[in-house]
Amino acid sequence: MQDFVNQLKDALIKSSLELDSSVINLIKKAKEREEKELSKNSKASLVVLNSILENLELSKKTKIPMCQDTGMFDVFVDIGRDNKNSLATIEKAIIKSCTLASEEGNFRKSVVSEPVFDRVNTKTNLPPIITYNIIDGDELTVRVLLKGFGSENCCGVKMLNPTAAKEGVVEAVLDIVKTAGGKPCPPICVGIGLGGTMERAAYLSKRALIRDFDKENLDKRYIELEEEILRKINDTKIGSGGFGGVTTALFVNIEQEPTHIAGLPLAVSINCWADRKAQITYRGKIDD
Amino acid sequence: MINLELPLTKDIIKSLEIFDEVRLNGELYVARDQAHKEMFSLLDNNKDLPFAIKDQAIYYMGPSPAPNNFIIGSCGPTTSARMDAFSPRLLDLGLNVMIGKGPRNKDVINSIIKNKSIYLAAFGGCGALYNSKIKKVETIAFDYLGPEALLKLTVEDFPCIVAIDSRGNSVY
Repeated sequence: MQDFVNQLKDALIKSSLELDSSVINLIKKAKEREEKELSKNSKASLVVLNSILENLELSKKTKIPMCQDTGMFDVFVDIGRDNKNSLATIEKAIIKSCTLASEEGNFRKSVVSEPVFDRVNTKTNLPPIITYNIIDGDELTVRVLLKGFGSENCCGVKMLNPTAAKEGVVEAVLDIVKTAGGKPCPPICVGIGLGGTMERAAYLSKRALIRDFDKENLDKRYIELEEEILRKINDTKIGSGGFGGVTTALFVNIEQEPTHIAGLPLAVSINCWADRKAQITYRGKIDD
Repeated sequence: MINLELPLTKDIIKSLEIFDEVRLNGELYVARDQAHKEMFSLLDNNKDLPFAIKDQAIYYMGPSPAPNNFIIGSCGPTTSARMDAFSPRLLDLGLNVMIGKGPRNKDVINSIIKNKSIYLAAFGGCGALYNSKIKKVETIAFDYLGPEALLKLTVEDFPCIVAIDSRGNSVY
């Protein structure tokens, strides 16, 4: 089990210190766009973007997490039908990895054991949220979001009418993003889940957030919808830091699935610019 | 760029305008959700707050643990809106400066105007950057709240932007 645990633990700690180069490039592009603007809003947003880039260099160098909210472990497991590991072993290995990453990575202990009455801190940053998904093949892929709650608090679900069409989807997403405003640490990352049931749409919205950067929608209409929504979110001029610049979102991803004739479930997951993701693919057997 | 010494006087606060870039130097207090709840519980029971709040600054933040050779961990701002319900009463008690991220509600803005106080935005998610600006950390109260304990920090060149000025103008 040690090999798997070390791989996942190292990926988790690294994700708290460094962003994927594709996200850093999107932040740099946002900076270039803001530099061309002359408004006070853009100047303030530019200060934020420069601070973000300085912060990323510091976290890489000092090993201090880029953000104090090292989040809840939001774990998405894809298990190939021919994979030889039992669910129990996989779960045990994931929990061990999260436990060690929290300790060795100096993650903030941000989890309480019960939501309403006592809210006692578990002092371990556990339990993780784990969702399992069965896929073809023999691989085991584990993707983890270090999900901060400044942005998680801004997520939303809306059960649209089946006739709402593209216009209804765009309007509902913009509603959620505008309500979030400057709260979730813009520039934000937006995952949209469409179809399924209420909870499936929410799951899909997170799958959209953690989608591999080199993967795009197979259906061209959804690629165009992602581009349209990204453009319209940036037109809101919420801006980096909420200061009103020209970049509010870095990317918009959509995942969609079959749904019922009577509905069009929609969910929006928002992540802050600190889009921290860990991912490992494991082919072998995780020994106990 | 405007360098400021904490605590801020009312004259200094009056001179600041939205979008001003400032650097804070001196002492400020740290409190977020649960520390605010605890402070309100003290006030409701006619007890003193753990520190003299008049003219002071509160930074909405909950740090990650300090690694070896550091005095604090990652320490960027948290979402201020969650403290909106608490802020007017603290401003009435003399709190001068709030530091956090994101917009505030109408009640807070009205209280800022009434008390001639100010709201500064720190840069969300920049916890490693703010770590480099902290020179001293002291736990003042509510140690049992872990990352939500009430702290006193000494800061140097702590960067913020004026987000709501004493006249109620807002960048949001």
